[in-house]
Amino acid sequence: MTPRLRMAAVRKSFGATHALKNVSFEVAPGQVHALIGENGAGKSTLMKILSGACLPDGGQIELDGQRFVPRDPLHARRSGIAMIYQELTLAPHLSVADNILLGEEPHRFGWTDRSRQRAIARKALSELHHESISLDAPINHLTIAEQQIVEIARALIGSPKVLIMDEPTSSLTQTDTRNLFAAIDRMRQCGVSIVYISHFLEECQRIAGRYTVLRDGESAGSGDMAAASLDDIIRLMVGREVKDIYPRHRRAPGKAVLELRTLRGTTKPRSASLTLHEGEILGIAGLIGAGRTEMLRACFGLDRIEGGKVLVHSRESTYCSPARRLGQQIGLLSENRKEEGLLLNRSLADNLTLTRFRPVSRLGLVSRRRQRQRTQEWMKRLDVRANDPDQHVNELSGGNQQKIAVGRLLHHDASIFLLDEPTRGIDVGSKVQIYKLIDDLAARGKAIIFVSSYLPELLGVCDAIGVMYRGVLSAVRPVTDWNEHTLMAAATGQSEAAAI
Amino acid sequence: MSPPARFKSGDVARFLNSIGPVFGLMLVVGLFSLSAEVRTHFFTGTNCKVILLQTVIVSIGALGMTLIIVSGGIDLSVGSAVALASVVGATALVNGHSAATAIALTVGVGAGIGLVNGLVIAGLRMMPFIVTLGMMGVARGTAKWLAGNKTVNAPKSSINNLMDMLDPLHFFPLPLGVWIAAVLAVIMAVVMQRTIFGRYLFAIGSNEATARLCGIRVGLMKIATYALAGAFFGVSGLMQMSRLAVGDPTVAIGLELDIIAAVVIGGASLNGGTGSISGSIIGALIMAVLKSGSQQMNWPNYVQEIIIGIVIILAVALDKFRQRKTAL
Repeated sequence: MTPRLRMAAVRKSFGATHALKNVSFEVAPGQVHALIGENGAGKSTLMKILSGACLPDGGQIELDGQRFVPRDPLHARRSGIAMIYQELTLAPHLSVADNILLGEEPHRFGWTDRSRQRAIARKALSELHHESISLDAPINHLTIAEQQIVEIARALIGSPKVLIMDEPTSSLTQTDTRNLFAAIDRMRQCGVSIVYISHFLEECQRIAGRYTVLRDGESAGSGDMAAASLDDIIRLMVGREVKDIYPRHRRAPGKAVLELRTLRGTTKPRSASLTLHEGEILGIAGLIGAGRTEMLRACFGLDRIEGGKVLVHSRESTYCSPARRLGQQIGLLSENRKEEGLLLNRSLADNLTLTRFRPVSRLGLVSRRRQRQRTQEWMKRLDVRANDPDQHVNELSGGNQQKIAVGRLLHHDASIFLLDEPTRGIDVGSKVQIYKLIDDLAARGKAIIFVSSYLPELLGVCDAIGVMYRGVLSAVRPVTDWNEHTLMAAATGQSEAAAI
Repeated sequence: MSPPARFKSGDVARFLNSIGPVFGLMLVVGLFSLSAEVRTHFFTGTNCKVILLQTVIVSIGALGMTLIIVSGGIDLSVGSAVALASVVGATALVNGHSAATAIALTVGVGAGIGLVNGLVIAGLRMMPFIVTLGMMGVARGTAKWLAGNKTVNAPKSSINNLMDMLDPLHFFPLPLGVWIAAVLAVIMAVVMQRTIFGRYLFAIGSNEATARLCGIRVGLMKIATYALAGAFFGVSGLMQMSRLAVGDPTVAIGLELDIIAAVVIGGASLNGGTGSISGSIIGALIMAVLKSGSQQMNWPNYVQEIIIGIVIILAVALDKFRQRKTAL
């Protein structure tokens, strides 16, 4: 059988950078092919080539046995290549129906055909089992997960031959993920080939028939998913053995440093209580939108507190600005690196030293030389792969950006860390480094709240875990009392009664 | 992937970014000196003096505007603030107050207008464009009202010496106003680059959410920024009054656009987070040289306007091009 899509020895350079050196893979009709690789391995360049955003320098691409070089995004789309980006590309003020058919509006004599538009949009949503999303709702009134569904629906209406999905589940709940996988299954049965890009290896195993691992712009290996173990794939990704993904020093939790007592925000959280000790890593599990981020933000002074108490070092200090919290040596790592966490068009040095200029200043003036020196020290300690402290943050990969964001908390010398999804969207290598860093911090007596949607890492890293469900944080229990199943049950409210 | 190579090209682009405006200035001067008749006059001390003097008002305004634009804002009320400040200063002189009082009032009015802008922008979380557009009308109207809709003829005072080419007291070899502008520029360059206030400005302009996360009091910073910038616009008004020797409520219409153009030619982005004092000053000089050169070429006024318009667009287009290189 001719493969639906075949790439052979595809190359692409940007200036002196070889983004793709030698990439080959094939996808059969009706096959889900997982494309796996660390950030910077070349996945996004490959997608840009397939979607027509840039031209390859060499190699062959065939679509249904025909030579195929997408000239531009429209050409790629017309040829049957559909793309779902990790970052949503919807128009926030337009309605769901308008967004689904954006650029493809059914029309008659130049007038859009509203009823046909709605019918097509409704059909696309029902294929994804999301009829509940209102066609007239403006996109910015939907949750992120619903927006993602709309994005997928938009890709489906062109009846694509090849659908490329980049981290489609990174902001979905378990249920939404299940629905998505069911939809992928149906598309596959209709003969659509799917290139599935994800950092969640367990997911790739569940959904994909074959896999290809990219490393440093080359295909490092491929095979049948069923025949491969996670360890094999990770080894291919990083090119070495990864031992002890979740390191764990002996930790000795000390006295309480941060307590929340029935903390209530404007809408979320409704009630959050916890006690964080020195040298402890406290995990917060829960679905997206359960109120975990809001709890951290309220606690840090970014969102308004409507009720309840915050105690820092056993003294009440409920209403505080972020500046005061930083003064109490509390640091918050935002879940949203690009929009909130970092100054993308400023230098690494500025980003790292932003909350604490004193050690890099003299006579009230910031010393560039000291700023650079400090930054270089942190770059070395955190293994940030960058050339120069004056480089802009947006020139770095996701993992390295995250290390800079964490580095800022370390430079600030925080003793209480509020980490919101610290490993989201970063490569396996960087993840392991961050786990190790967090473990070291806890071993040195720092207190850490670790919010994550990825259960294995919570179970691997934390000493105790609490679950947030619909704005309520219930029952923080030792990690040994939890497993993935019970965590998920609590996060979806199935054991709410039992937990309280 | 070979990171070193990629980052090298980023360094080159950053270097180009920093010397871009200087290169532009040299290019403009070079082009005008191609013509022999212009050249003989162009490089005389008097002409340089005239160019510098003409650029004082725009340059001092650009110092304030750079602060605002770097912080991600904009101020459209500058021309009106300059007019109001000059009217208030002149009225003070008419009423027999000393020059020092008049100077304090002029600068104070500018700062006051900026303070109000800042309070509304930060307090009500409104778009700077709208707030300062409103203030543009309010300040202009107030100036006309105070002046009774005509120019205020101030008696001669030491203020007039600031911008006087022939002032016997002037500091060798330039009028005092030029020196004031130069000193203020150096101070502001240090403030922007080396003080925590300056670093915070860049942070707010680059990403306000991050600034808040990092404990920066964003609202307070904005109020301070607009008020400080307003003080500079007040100084511009002082120079305006000194030059014309009157307080004119209809003066400096559209001055804010010249100032914004200078800042943008100097490499600042209206999205905030980038820009420099040196760039903005060079931007102001580029515009002054273009004006002076066009006059000496005997080009009509409209040619000059067209040229300056094209230069603004070219400067920003080049900037975009360089950024694309940096971003790869």
